[in-house]
Amino acid sequence: MLDLKGYGPELLDGAVITIELAFLSLAVSVTLGLIGASSKLSSNRLARGVATAYTTLIRGVPDLVMMLLFYYGGQVAVNNLSDLLWEAYEIDFFFQFDPFISGVVTIGLIFGAYMTETFRGAFLAVETGQIEAARAYGFTRWHTFRRIIFPQMLRHALPGIGNNWQVLLKTTALVSIIGLTDMVRVAEEAAKAERMPFHFFIPVAFVYLALTAGSELFIKWLDKRANVGVVQGG
Amino acid sequence: MPDFITQWLNQNEIFTAMTILEYWNGLVNTVQLVFLSLVIGLVCAVPLAIMRTSRNPFVSGPVWLYTYLFRGTPLLIQLYIIYYGIAQIPGIQETFWWEVFREPFYPALLAFALNTAAYTTEIIRGAIVATPHGEIEAAKAYGMNWFMRIRRIVLPSAARRAVQAYSNEVIFMLHSSAIASVVTIVDLTGAARNIYSRFYAPFDAFIFVALIYMMLTFILVFAFRKLENHLLRHQRPISN
Repeated sequence: MLDLKGYGPELLDGAVITIELAFLSLAVSVTLGLIGASSKLSSNRLARGVATAYTTLIRGVPDLVMMLLFYYGGQVAVNNLSDLLWEAYEIDFFFQFDPFISGVVTIGLIFGAYMTETFRGAFLAVETGQIEAARAYGFTRWHTFRRIIFPQMLRHALPGIGNNWQVLLKTTALVSIIGLTDMVRVAEEAAKAERMPFHFFIPVAFVYLALTAGSELFIKWLDKRANVGVVQGG
Repeated sequence: MPDFITQWLNQNEIFTAMTILEYWNGLVNTVQLVFLSLVIGLVCAVPLAIMRTSRNPFVSGPVWLYTYLFRGTPLLIQLYIIYYGIAQIPGIQETFWWEVFREPFYPALLAFALNTAAYTTEIIRGAIVATPHGEIEAAKAYGMNWFMRIRRIVLPSAARRAVQAYSNEVIFMLHSSAIASVVTIVDLTGAARNIYSRFYAPFDAFIFVALIYMMLTFILVFAFRKLENHLLRHQRPISN
């Protein structure tokens, strides 16, 4: 049986952190994606401009650079703000920018940009006749969105969300670089201490593989459910 | 030039000739690493993709396993396994390979090339599978053998379908290459991290490097758009 030299519990804790990080970042990115897609499709030029700048900026910069900027820069910004508040108003405010929060913020922001594109395409795929019909039935804008656009949009967005999720899951490994003790970090420390790289990294690689394979099955199932009643062409 | 810019340039202690040179060396390392891994990856991916479409499971199976493993795990782990793992191979320290793999550049190159080859294989495979059957039938009718069909019909038409997805992979590789800095390679990100720790100036160090990456990305996007226009020029609408 696999002997983890006493690092087993730590690796397990690390795996839990990885999963927490992934789910929280997914929540952030879906929220940002919905906001971004709505802004891109809105008639307000400022909203469109901001959303376009956001997606262009994010897709031009490596995730690691972004993460380092938020982690190191975030703390400096908080420190400066804290000094300013204390000097000006004697307000005692401090906030420790830890690697977990930096990770969630960065990964959420990055995948928010990808989700924006996914959702934008999905919103556009909903037929306008559906929306017109809803309006004709006297649905309010919110009602039209909740009952008509959103459920139909989701069907088109699912494959894209699934792809983004798979990439996101693998991106979480990067937070080990800014010092979060996720499973990659634990494996790295264990591998260095015991001088057994294969012994610790390969099991971790298989945990990722299991996570991606599991998500693939789950997404397939969701997709099947979302497409109930749709006649596939071809 | 506006006053505040000249003032800022005179006062700044960070962007001196020394640090600019460090960023430049980082840029050279990044470009070398990304370019070499993409070339090696592409050269490996074409035969692998052809094997992947084979009907013989003993040919396509191993390639499927390879792409599945490399696409299902984070590149960072692959890099760690190769970087830390190579030194552990018994006896390697006595051979000539040790001279090569002692430099962190080569383990990183190996990891990146293997990773991008896996993604590229799947991209090309998708394009090969989508070849219209009539084209292959026509090639057979003209008496072309398998090799000639692949070379003259399947691959050129697959290249046209693959170029868009491949451009995304290239940009992805450029961005992923930032993790080379964790195995002590001074690439662009590595230079930024050094400069950050020397001056404790995260915004200057990382925003500057982010702008360089963004410029590289836009150059790639532009170049691929040109290539795409060139490859797909027969589909261009007739100008009016």
